[in-house]
Amino acid sequence: MWSGNRYEVRAGCPILSWIDRMNHTTKKKWKISFLAWGLILPSFVFLVLFTLYPIAKSFYLSFFKDNLSVSIPAFIGFQNYLDLLQDSVFKQAFMNNLLVAICTIPISIALAVGMAIFANKVKFGKGLTRVAFFHPTILPMVAVADIWLFIYTPMYGLIGKFSPDLRLLGSADTAIWALIVMLIWKQAGYVMIFYISGLQGISRELYEAARLDGAGPVQSFMHITWPLLKPTTIYVTVITLTNAYKIVDHLYIMTKGGPGNATNMLLFYIYQVGFDFWDVGKAAAMTVVLIVMLLVVTAIQFFVQDKRTFYS
Amino acid sequence: MGHSWGSDRTRKKLNLASILVYGFMYIFAIVYMIPLIWMVRTALIAPDKAIDLFSISWPTLGNFKRILLAAPFGQYYINTIMMVFGTLAVQFVLITMAGYAFARLNFWGKNLLFLLFLTQLMITPDVLIMPNYSFMGQLGLVDTKLGVILPFFASALGIFLMRQTIKTIPYELEEAAKMDGCSLPRMLVQIYVPLLKPVYIAFGLISSSYQWNNFLWPLVMINSVEKRPLTLGLAIFAMSYETGAQWSDVTAATLLVIAPLLTLFLIFQRQFIESFAHSGIK
Repeated sequence: MWSGNRYEVRAGCPILSWIDRMNHTTKKKWKISFLAWGLILPSFVFLVLFTLYPIAKSFYLSFFKDNLSVSIPAFIGFQNYLDLLQDSVFKQAFMNNLLVAICTIPISIALAVGMAIFANKVKFGKGLTRVAFFHPTILPMVAVADIWLFIYTPMYGLIGKFSPDLRLLGSADTAIWALIVMLIWKQAGYVMIFYISGLQGISRELYEAARLDGAGPVQSFMHITWPLLKPTTIYVTVITLTNAYKIVDHLYIMTKGGPGNATNMLLFYIYQVGFDFWDVGKAAAMTVVLIVMLLVVTAIQFFVQDKRTFYS
Repeated sequence: MGHSWGSDRTRKKLNLASILVYGFMYIFAIVYMIPLIWMVRTALIAPDKAIDLFSISWPTLGNFKRILLAAPFGQYYINTIMMVFGTLAVQFVLITMAGYAFARLNFWGKNLLFLLFLTQLMITPDVLIMPNYSFMGQLGLVDTKLGVILPFFASALGIFLMRQTIKTIPYELEEAAKMDGCSLPRMLVQIYVPLLKPVYIAFGLISSSYQWNNFLWPLVMINSVEKRPLTLGLAIFAMSYETGAQWSDVTAATLLVIAPLLTLFLIFQRQFIESFAHSGIK
């Protein structure tokens, strides 16, 4: 096979003749793919190591019993998940996440739309109003928690001055609502800027035409502004929904999930189970639940958004 | 005649309604700032005066002097700044390379890779504290600043922003450079980087805000006092106080932590707001 001229050799060796038969374009694509992968490789490595691999590892570990009571992890199938269904703290945390989501999302959006319209229309103090509404966004959550912990402090806090015995964070009924108010305060300004962008994309002429037809401000809003803001609304709904699951810093400072787990949330409970109780298997199972919820939200956005952009 | 009378009335009604609405919104904006104002005021007043709601006295820096002696906030500052800029430096390089590849090149597995990076937008390393912590343990990076910032080196958000912006740059520039015999690295650095400055600024503001304000992951990773970032230092400092008299200290510490970002924000309002608005990738 190795004797003879070049063409005879290549004909005899299958791989070489296959490469020869590859046309110029395919060879070029190989070169380009090689280059592209080279450029992306460092990012990809970090993505795999710190996002994809941990996700896979969580799935894997969730099938094992791995806590302080066992010396080596034991395979127990779906038992961790079944135990979660019996765990009253988990159920409370899960419900709290839903409650926070249901309350903070519509109110943040409604406030944000109002703020955006106001910030857009106002002539006097435009920059100041944007600063006023947006500044909570750039504050770290722990600082926001400090500020509001101070406001809610009985006796010495801002609210305590007017109503000294009111223990908002100390009582299981009011604690989560106090937190919800704070979360809305922090989030509304962030949502507002997306709506300001969205509003600026709506043509003035539409409003002019509506005014000539005799439409009032409420009607303009219902029939022009709100429908045209639908893509923005979908996007911010996803953002606020994932935030409702990811933001737990304030719990460490304000309530530690209490009183009596009244304010506990999924990610914070994962932190407690994983790092206070060292129950790796259970924490992994809860991480999987969290991951699945976030992925479901993303998938919904993906499909809903495509349809709407097609129709609009 | 009747028609114009009707519209006059409508116009007057509208004016009254608009005054009410506008007035309400202005007041609402002021109310919105009350938490911050209240905190700043308490931080700048002596502890005994702070308890009295309406007392007005000269601002004092005494609280700051006290807390700087109580906890190493200077060290916390250095740690945070190192972490923020360390992350940014690596991110800038990585997102430029990957962003260019996604924007300009057609290659095997492009769509799959894109999808994989998309997951990082939703499932940030913050959510994965447990598996990432044990992995860091295996790498021996627990209780290190490097361990805190390592998971964030790859930024899907940055890659997407880069890709979007690079696509808007005319391809002719690259063709002209290639004809002049320019190599890829040189082309990236000399042609693309200068044109991508707005994206670097926008992404830089978002990323540094995120790193500066990050709490749960550093909480899990850092044990030693001298390696703590500001958020961690603030939280632990705040937890060590119980009664109302110490609020002067806690608010002073809070002000110390938020001052840089807040000042930056007040100066560069427009850039901040536009950067965050553009983090919305459709």
